[in-house]
Amino acid sequence: MYKAVVIGASAGGMYAIKTLLASLPGNFKIPIIIVQHLAPDSDNYLVEFLDKNTGLTVKEADEKEVVQSGFVYVCPPNYHILVEENMSLSLSADEKVNYSRPSIDVLFYSAADAFQESLIGIVLTGANDDGARGLFYIKKKGGLGIVQNPSEAESPQMPTAAILEANPDHVLEIRQISKLLLQLANKNQDKNSL
Amino acid sequence: MKSDSDNTLREKIEIDLLIEAVNRFYGYDFSNYSKAHIKRRMMVFLAKHRFESISEMQHHVLHNPQVFEDFLNNFSINVTEMFRDPGFYSEFRKHIIPTLKTYPYLKIWIAGCATGEEVYSFAIMLKEEGLLSRSTIYATDFNSEALQKAGKAIYSIDTIKSYTANYQKSGGKSSFSDYYMANYNSVIIDKSLKVNVVFAEHNLVTDGVFTEANLIVCRNVLIYFNRELQDKVLALFNDSLITGGFLALGTKETIQFSTIANKYSIVSKENKIYKKSII
Repeated sequence: MYKAVVIGASAGGMYAIKTLLASLPGNFKIPIIIVQHLAPDSDNYLVEFLDKNTGLTVKEADEKEVVQSGFVYVCPPNYHILVEENMSLSLSADEKVNYSRPSIDVLFYSAADAFQESLIGIVLTGANDDGARGLFYIKKKGGLGIVQNPSEAESPQMPTAAILEANPDHVLEIRQISKLLLQLANKNQDKNSL
Repeated sequence: MKSDSDNTLREKIEIDLLIEAVNRFYGYDFSNYSKAHIKRRMMVFLAKHRFESISEMQHHVLHNPQVFEDFLNNFSINVTEMFRDPGFYSEFRKHIIPTLKTYPYLKIWIAGCATGEEVYSFAIMLKEEGLLSRSTIYATDFNSEALQKAGKAIYSIDTIKSYTANYQKSGGKSSFSDYYMANYNSVIIDKSLKVNVVFAEHNLVTDGVFTEANLIVCRNVLIYFNRELQDKVLALFNDSLITGGFLALGTKETIQFSTIANKYSIVSKENKIYKKSII
């Protein structure tokens, strides 16, 4: 049973994430946590843009907030985001990782520690290799790894790096990723009703 | 792939044991820090020293004080920049400085000052507002090595470009280059900015009330603590702040969920500046 989805994206990510979230219904039960590489002085535009384009509630992650079903949490610019064992979110102003703050690897490592095999990790478009090692670690902890098909990605470098490093379970186009997430969430439901 | 649960359990035990060892032997208490943060810092340290496991790391940390010094440095977040969040400084100039100008003498506590970038940002702002000469800035941190660096006020020249941009965005009234001297690959902050600064060791986790301050600045420190410790430190700030004094936190930190929340009014919601109410 999956308890969380973590998504990492960089160049071209805004529209890729939008497409992914737009195909998920408002009653999609698994909480989603997103790292999108942003300039440190970015405003709240990404959160507002995503929120307008999905039935789910998109918000900037607050420090120590506990993740909940029906919500999409976006990491604020110039901070790393980490997941605690009690499913709350921590922020950090630590040094950049992979030249990035927020870094996808930082989110993926801590989420894998917190959720173990109950985690889905997704790497989308981007022009660097952040997220590759993190996805490897998610898979090591028994979680599910999904990568956007590089041929569809606006910037193929990041998904390509993740495929090489982490040997993901699925390499799919964005719309297929949404479909798969829905199927997995429905399986969760079935297990719940048993 | 099979679940990695044995390794996970082993690591958790090792982390707890190391935290206890460091507290009992060296007196630094990290038990109420964010667990995910602790784990990350330990893994960074482990990779740096190429230890095989956290148990091996514990051996070296306990037996070699130099390794411990490095461990401590790795735990205090020394990633800071001058005029980080320029919007905070410009709002501070506009809305807090006018009140501060009504005081004959100012005591400012910058808690968790690390390597001092924020201290000098404040010193520059106070100088430009004509307040520095009647201010004392107490800059504290638990890390003595970071404090030494802060006192030396020497920074890498690579950082200056982004600091200059921050300074300009923050509403700086002069040219940023007025405040430092460049020398090869580093810059040294102008001495006049240091005159009213007192650097001191103080651990927010274990030490008590520090001073009666008009302003306490503690930005991006509380995020590394759990709620319980955040609450304790905010109570310490409350005890160290005069009535009508200001408390400035990091832009993602809040007093909202703490026991002192009802004693403060919000001066800036966005930039997390609070004022201790006159009850």
